[in-house]
Amino acid sequence: MRSRAPSRPTALDRVNPVTPFAAAVLYSVPMLLTIDLVTAAVALGAWLAVLGAAGIGPRTVLRRSWPLLLAAPLSAVSMLLYAEPGGRIHAELWLAIVSDRSVELAAAIGLRVLAIGVPILVGLAGLDPTRLADGLAQVARLPHRFVLAALAGVRLFGVLGEDWRQIALARRARGLGDTGAVRRALQAAFALLVVALRRGGTLATAMEARGFGGPQRTWARPSTLGRADLVLLVVTFAVVALAIGTSLATGSFRPLWEGVR
Amino acid sequence: MTGSRIRARDWGWQHAGRDAPAVAGLDLDVEPGERVLLLGPSGAGKSTLLSALAGVLGGEEEGDESGELRVDDAHPSSRRGIAGLVLQDPQANTIMERVGDDVAFGCENLAVPRAEIWPRVRHALDAVGLDVDLDRSTAALSGGQRQRLALAGAIAMRPGLILLDEPTANLDPAGVLEVRDAVARVARETGATLVVVEHRVETWLPVVDRVVVLAPGGGAVADGAPSAVLDAHRDELAAGGVWVPGLPVEVPRGARRAGGPLLALDGVRAGRGGVPVHEAVSLEVRAGEALVVTGPNGAGKSTLALTLAGLMPAVEGRVRATEALRAPGSGTSPLREADPLRWRPKQLATRIGTVFQQPEHQFVASRVRDEVAAGLRAQGLPRADIERRVDELLAALRLDALADANPFTLSGGEQRRLSVATVLAPAPRIMVLDEPTFGQDRRTWQELVRLIAALVDERGCAVVAVTHDADVERVLGDRRLRLGAP
Repeated sequence: MRSRAPSRPTALDRVNPVTPFAAAVLYSVPMLLTIDLVTAAVALGAWLAVLGAAGIGPRTVLRRSWPLLLAAPLSAVSMLLYAEPGGRIHAELWLAIVSDRSVELAAAIGLRVLAIGVPILVGLAGLDPTRLADGLAQVARLPHRFVLAALAGVRLFGVLGEDWRQIALARRARGLGDTGAVRRALQAAFALLVVALRRGGTLATAMEARGFGGPQRTWARPSTLGRADLVLLVVTFAVVALAIGTSLATGSFRPLWEGVR
Repeated sequence: MTGSRIRARDWGWQHAGRDAPAVAGLDLDVEPGERVLLLGPSGAGKSTLLSALAGVLGGEEEGDESGELRVDDAHPSSRRGIAGLVLQDPQANTIMERVGDDVAFGCENLAVPRAEIWPRVRHALDAVGLDVDLDRSTAALSGGQRQRLALAGAIAMRPGLILLDEPTANLDPAGVLEVRDAVARVARETGATLVVVEHRVETWLPVVDRVVVLAPGGGAVADGAPSAVLDAHRDELAAGGVWVPGLPVEVPRGARRAGGPLLALDGVRAGRGGVPVHEAVSLEVRAGEALVVTGPNGAGKSTLALTLAGLMPAVEGRVRATEALRAPGSGTSPLREADPLRWRPKQLATRIGTVFQQPEHQFVASRVRDEVAAGLRAQGLPRADIERRVDELLAALRLDALADANPFTLSGGEQRRLSVATVLAPAPRIMVLDEPTFGQDRRTWQELVRLIAALVDERGCAVVAVTHDADVERVLGDRRLRLGAP
């Protein structure tokens, strides 16, 4: 068999795609339960170092997690303005009050969104759908008919992008683009739905003709767990331990149930 | 490996909700290793028979089966992977993201041990002559490559029966030969029984050793050696839409009176995302003249067509409408803007009409009549005028009996005729057609080309046709543009 290594292999490519999901749960549960600045800052810093060591540089990190760079400031600003005030009041305008407490909360929330979101997005965004399907069926033991149908659907989704483009052009060519934008989009979406159903129908026929749907099946690509998967889980645990440990040691640890002073 | 034996006795199938059976009273015996070309007019149940042989016709809720159908003494739906099936649309045949995985898919479903799968995959790809990396994305393949990939996926399952449903209808001439030759090689090497459905007989004559002709609801009406069947039934086959070899299509052209220019292309290079895909084109599109654009796959023909039709911006150069084209249509004032890309849809549709490669992309209504009327309603024409115009067009394109049908339920030929009717409705001065004859049978072909020729010769329209079809080029090529020419 010829090698199927991608052009720029990173440590993540050696991991079974199911493992990042397990790691994401292992990581996000304790992180969601803490709301202090130190835990979030240490965890984020540790992850950036780990990702860098694993061959995932800052550019890849930015490319995969850019939505968070918008979401984090947005959630921070809403905390800054509308959190229940406490401590010294810095500014006030109608409902918006900036206080000591809201400044602290804003920083913690913004950092927390990044600390939880960045590693998870980076870890999951690069997953190859085919390998993921193999893992879900062979390692996580999900029903293979369901997994493979979903995988075929993912490929169909890419085809539908081109369909959508053609539908939009065809409507203009027919002189139909002058109505309201909402109505236009709805009609085009309906046309796409019809095309999608037909594509789905023929795809199902093609899959059935290749013997899909039987009770037994083998897998051409083995999907197994190895040392790399163990390493990812250990590293994840270590980051959580380091973050919460530092936070406890510096006395700034604050779990969700205690709230913020 | 030996081929499968097919046996049908008074076999028939009626799709659920239809008034008449798709196939009825079929008696047929195919011996192992025979290579059969299945012919018949549209509606004769050729695809239904193939689906049945492949075991994908569905259960009782899909329709009613009568009589007996056996592949190697078993009903085809009773055993998985009994036959390998290749469908007409290359896109529909691709299942997985990567070439190797796609070929392996059938083997996996048949629970072939892993150690055996990859040798089978490589062997199947060799057999169809597809020399690409196993990791190659299936999205990057041409139509001909995709069809050969589908064939590889089928033969990797080692079926005794290979079924091909118009496998070359959607391909350019080079792709047609690639696939035909791959099928010939596979049939020779595997000894599998082969059943092919195709309108284009000449392509498949070197491969098949038997021709069976189906009639709508009437079973097999002719059966025998290719030359004998074709000689005896030449005229009725041609009338039924089959491309009988040695019977060229002729569409008479009227006296040509080329009018003034309607559209001027000045150093235009079309492309997507700012990347031009072809050399610069400078030409005029003139009234009363047909321009045929040819060239190999990927030469940018379709992109150029969309660009000159005012649907896509040119990467370089300019598309300019002349005064004659900008002149008022029906009751609107003349346009000041010369770039068709900036026109409103209404203004565009009355001047430049575009028939897309896939009719489905163009449909917006749930009835054929409303489909034709949609463009006219958008123009705000009086109701009575719309009704009259729609009736005329439906009659002219032989769609009047289907006026209340859903456009998506029509056959390929009917959908093509409907898509032409919808674009003709607002009476554009320029018609742009992308592969108007792709996959059409002889009868629909003649109707379409006759109609296009009449637009040019009688109504003085300009036509721009992108095509791979040498017959279209011969009949409509008043002027020719070849893209990507070596």
